[in-house]
Amino acid sequence: MTATVETPPERPPESRLPAAVQRYFDLQPVLVPVCAILLAFAVGSVIILLVGENPLTAYSALLRGMAGSWDRVAASLGRSTPFIGAALAVAFAFRAGLFNIGVEGQLLVGATVAAWVGTWDVIADLPGFLAVVTVLLAGVIGGAFYGFIPGFLKVRTGAHEVIVTIMLNSIAVFFVRWMVNSQDPLILRDTTASVPRTAALPRDARLPELVDSEPRLHLGFLVMVALCWFVWFVLQRTARGFEIRMVGANSHAARYAGVGVNVVIVLVMTMSGAFAGLAGGGEISGTSGFLSPGVFVAVGFDSIAIALLARANPFAIIPAAILWGSMLAGAPLMQQETGLSIDIVRIVQALVLLFVAADVIVRTVFRIRKRVVGGFEEPTFGTEWGSTL
Amino acid sequence: MTPPDATATDATPTEAPATPDVVLEARGITKHFPGVLANDRVDFDLRRGEVHCILGENGAGKTTLVNVFFGLYQPDAGELLVGGEPVAFNGSGDAIARNIGMVHQHFQLVQVFTVAENVMLGEEVRRGRGLLLDIDEARRRITELSERYGLHVDPDAKIEDLSVGQQQRVELLKALFRDADILILDEPTAVLTPGEVDEFFDVVRSLTGQGKSIIFITHKLREVLAVADRITVLRDGRVVGTADPDEATQASLATLMVGREIILSIDKGPATPGDVRLRVRDLEVTDERGVRAVSGLGFEVREGEIYGLAGVEGNGQRELVEAIAGMRPVSGGAIELDGVDLAGASPRKVHEMGVGHVPEDRNKHGIVGSFTIADNLVLNTYHRRPFVRRRIRQLKDIDDQARELVKRYDVRTPGIDVPVQNLSGGNQQKVIIARELSGDPRVLMVAQPTRGLDVGSIEFIHRRIVEMRDAGAAVLLVSAELDEIFTLADRIGVLFRGGIVGEFDRADATRSTVGLLMASGRAEADEAVAS
Amino acid sequence: MTVATVPERRTRQFGHLQTMGILFGLLGVVLVGFLVPNLDAADKAFTLETPPDPASLSFDPRTLVTAIGVFFLLTAVASIIAGWEERAEPYARGGLLVSALLLAPLVVVLSLAWSEAKDTNIIQLLVESLRLGTPIALGAMAGLWCERSGVVNIGIEGMMLSAAGIGFTAYAVLGDAQDSTWMWVSIGLAVLAGGLIAALHALVSVSFRVDQIISGVVINLLALGMTSFLRSQVIVPRGISTGASTTAIALPLLSDIPVIGDQLFTAKPIFFMMFLAVALSWFVLFKTPWGLRVRSCGENPHAAETLGIDVIRIRYQAVILGGLMAGLGGAWFSMESQGGFQDNMTNGTGFIALAALIFGRWRPWSAFAGAMLFGFTRALGTRLQILDVTIGDFSIPSEFWQSLPYVVTIIVVAGAVGRAVPPAADGQPYERPR
Repeated sequence: MTATVETPPERPPESRLPAAVQRYFDLQPVLVPVCAILLAFAVGSVIILLVGENPLTAYSALLRGMAGSWDRVAASLGRSTPFIGAALAVAFAFRAGLFNIGVEGQLLVGATVAAWVGTWDVIADLPGFLAVVTVLLAGVIGGAFYGFIPGFLKVRTGAHEVIVTIMLNSIAVFFVRWMVNSQDPLILRDTTASVPRTAALPRDARLPELVDSEPRLHLGFLVMVALCWFVWFVLQRTARGFEIRMVGANSHAARYAGVGVNVVIVLVMTMSGAFAGLAGGGEISGTSGFLSPGVFVAVGFDSIAIALLARANPFAIIPAAILWGSMLAGAPLMQQETGLSIDIVRIVQALVLLFVAADVIVRTVFRIRKRVVGGFEEPTFGTEWGSTL
Repeated sequence: MTPPDATATDATPTEAPATPDVVLEARGITKHFPGVLANDRVDFDLRRGEVHCILGENGAGKTTLVNVFFGLYQPDAGELLVGGEPVAFNGSGDAIARNIGMVHQHFQLVQVFTVAENVMLGEEVRRGRGLLLDIDEARRRITELSERYGLHVDPDAKIEDLSVGQQQRVELLKALFRDADILILDEPTAVLTPGEVDEFFDVVRSLTGQGKSIIFITHKLREVLAVADRITVLRDGRVVGTADPDEATQASLATLMVGREIILSIDKGPATPGDVRLRVRDLEVTDERGVRAVSGLGFEVREGEIYGLAGVEGNGQRELVEAIAGMRPVSGGAIELDGVDLAGASPRKVHEMGVGHVPEDRNKHGIVGSFTIADNLVLNTYHRRPFVRRRIRQLKDIDDQARELVKRYDVRTPGIDVPVQNLSGGNQQKVIIARELSGDPRVLMVAQPTRGLDVGSIEFIHRRIVEMRDAGAAVLLVSAELDEIFTLADRIGVLFRGGIVGEFDRADATRSTVGLLMASGRAEADEAVAS
Repeated sequence: MTVATVPERRTRQFGHLQTMGILFGLLGVVLVGFLVPNLDAADKAFTLETPPDPASLSFDPRTLVTAIGVFFLLTAVASIIAGWEERAEPYARGGLLVSALLLAPLVVVLSLAWSEAKDTNIIQLLVESLRLGTPIALGAMAGLWCERSGVVNIGIEGMMLSAAGIGFTAYAVLGDAQDSTWMWVSIGLAVLAGGLIAALHALVSVSFRVDQIISGVVINLLALGMTSFLRSQVIVPRGISTGASTTAIALPLLSDIPVIGDQLFTAKPIFFMMFLAVALSWFVLFKTPWGLRVRSCGENPHAAETLGIDVIRIRYQAVILGGLMAGLGGAWFSMESQGGFQDNMTNGTGFIALAALIFGRWRPWSAFAGAMLFGFTRALGTRLQILDVTIGDFSIPSEFWQSLPYVVTIIVVAGAVGRAVPPAADGQPYERPR
């Protein structure tokens, strides 16, 4: 359709712009999300006005709840911790062109296995460091197993991972509820507790606390940050990561190039599940110390949103997850002070994702011109998912 | 109606522009795409009952121009007159309303629909106060049309079950169903065998005989001279000349089209074949639907020769090449490389055994568009030293190789870290050629290596393929372009319905014999030659 | 002179058919060899009417299970023969289809055998399946319209939830227990809400060309937040939580049919409208010019464009029509089934609807059949919970039955359906050439 150019493509016009303007364009990966967040809050304030509250009071309460004191900051970081791992799981699968909606189930299974292993008698006898590692590893194995299933089914039967993972989420919820609730047979329930929950982990199996906030900020946060670096390194610097990105960008070419596409798909889904499982195990070991059914509700979908917000970039996940977690951590204060439902935060979050995805809206409102990509930027989202749904 | 910078005007029309029998006229059509000026002040006119050819090489702007005529593109400047009235098309619907019809180079058919559904789509035959489809009436009208123009198409057949030639007739029916008086045919012969081309020309003549006017786009000189009443030549988006088919020659048109003398054949010494490198025996391969696509196929390629496999597309080429490359399971027979059976080996194993493969579908298999040139140059060697050590990618070694190959294979690019999708098709193909040839393969398998490329890139790639032969590689060339086969091959095999139906030395082969074999699988009167 | 396609010659192989056949064969062996000998001899019965004096069919579970098991074995034999002898193939396929259908009565019979209960009403089970399948079928129609026009819709869940929430909020604000008009107005608003959310999906994915799956995720997130917000800000303060729902209608004549008439044809309105929606979807999609255009946009939008069809506009229309259907499905939750709104009350139904659509290979009636399969598993779950099925000493917990629809979905998507082929352009954003 367009004519073939045999001369080198013209240099993008931006490169002739003054340096200051150029820098403005280079800021775009940050600028668009920031503007999207502003816009989402603006729309949120309209809704707040509609129910007869003052958006400024509401938002100021929200902000104070998010970061009003060192204690609140720590609480926000603590709340964000599982989101980092869960979003990383989604983003990692994205890079291979896979859509893992099953993070919720993988978190839950990981957490359940961790909570179960944590109550073994041997754990209490292990030295502290080993006990923590064992519990986290249990979470990893649980999540990895639950991520392996959709990967395996996709490769062997062609079942689309989106449907399978969603179904596995529900199955995990029911199954875990039964394991924790059931009294005959007694499986994981702590009979001494008044509400259904598992027995508490021994002290040694708990991740060390950094700040005593509510929820507490524990070592898991740093583990998750390190995990982000690890994922970045695997994707960008290793041969396996090259294969994963190749499968995500063009699976046909990957097959042509001798990549075992099926192996990569199963591996990526398993690893993705493992990341989620680590996040789940980290919550058990770091935050609560036990498992009660009904945790992690909505964490799965939140992690998808965070991964999209970060455009599946492992490093961008850290700020995105912190934003997400701290909004949730700050919402109760807003509810307390204004009587507004905390669900307004959920609406704003959905709008943030909408505006980030549909950057046309943000660009129109804030008059940000589209950058002509002169340098190298990998596409974040494969367009292949939709085609087989 | 003098073109802006005509270099040759063998027969400039003398009439005034708006003679009554001019049915379509374009004045100064200009169309930009990002980074490309696709049409630059193009003037063009079409008279009733004539075949007006637009000639130009790939990328000259022919398709863009007719898409403007058909309302799919809106020109940036210039005006379009239909029947003497200025028109502004806002979509193909407007063009159809003006009785313009178009047969696209890539057929615009819905594969799972029937012929009748495809033909009436957008102009449905209705009953029940216009609320319901009237399939019976549609069927009747299509049968009637198809008889009047000798098209012979079953209105109830599904498109996916039809041959390429039949699909093309459905495209023609679509236009005729809408009472098109002006027919735009975009590279209509690209998918046809020589025999089918002759038949198609008969259809074209019967159409003009009944008063239709035809714009015929092609880059094939032979066809232009056979079918055109007038010729307009486009180059780099501009009209560079018009010609009268009675006076023009292939050489004069070629020079006009490319803008310089082109060598119609490349200098190629005689082949010095050695031992058999690649031997395929009794090969059986099935396609996605489980249907046998290659059966009982066998041939040999020796070192130092180019074996050209001719055939109409869809006769098992794709399946054969993918089977050799290890990308498709083999259900029977053997693929031997220097005596080692490769049937069923993985793509990686095949590559490591020394088979280079330039795939047919460049964008689907050959490159990862969003990856850099450097990454695409190690697409199938990324896992080997020196590009990876202890599982860590060695970026410096990857870049060093990329810089060297870009220079050696003349890839025109601002840098090696440009995403390969930003390059032109010719340069993308050069990246693939560089990757596959630089590994010094024992067997080089090239499928449709120059499809859609400009003359410069074609010449470059052809020369490289011959160099590989001279360096001792066994080259398997698969091409639907008979010209390419005759230019490059030392021996020619003809593929028909998944088997080889004839094999020739280049010197003994004629276009007509090979063409006949491609179309029917039989050599008929020339049976003796096929032995 | 044309080139014919290569004649179709099937390769003899051990394929999908054989695998399925052998699976059924193994199941047959288990049934006849192990289960039947261990079943207690006790007469059970299917009742057909509600008490006090129901008509009933009594049977010995062992006979029935043996019969079904033998049929499975025969199917296995037929499918293995079909691997070598083409003429056996129709029998094998037919046998597999019947075997699959027999799984439903098999589960019911076995559960009854393992339960203390003496009988169970199967007509009621059927009606319950249809009733619980209603939102699934409507959701599947929503997906059908979107995907047939080339827009993937994983936001069905969000569309239904929004409609359920907005509809009931409207009722909470406007409603009047004495006047059923407001109920209908609220249902209408719910349907419109579904259409509105669908319009957002179209705007984002068709006009802005955002990846359609992302757009669906956004809609699901937004629906969760928005409806929870509405509930806590509007519904809860008004103190209306339960009780208000549509009333049953008895279809004249049909409901007078003996035994089944009253159970089947006396039902609530959205239940009946669902059948209408499926029939209408089929009719419009396959019998009208507009339906032809919608299908062409889902298969080859470029071809449609060259024929002067406005692909963007058609996709908007189809997506919004789908949204209206999802809206009706949402209204079912809050105003027909429950008479109230709880957070996330659709609880994954939209995704099950998507599975039903895939199961039905993007065809209206087949998708309806898929929806009814899931409706059946849900109804069965509830029924078996009541029957208290006990194997040995192990009373099967309710969570197992509740997860049954999801397990069946995975089996269906992974096993029975194989690789279903979606509309060719499904999921591809379309950009008009300029």
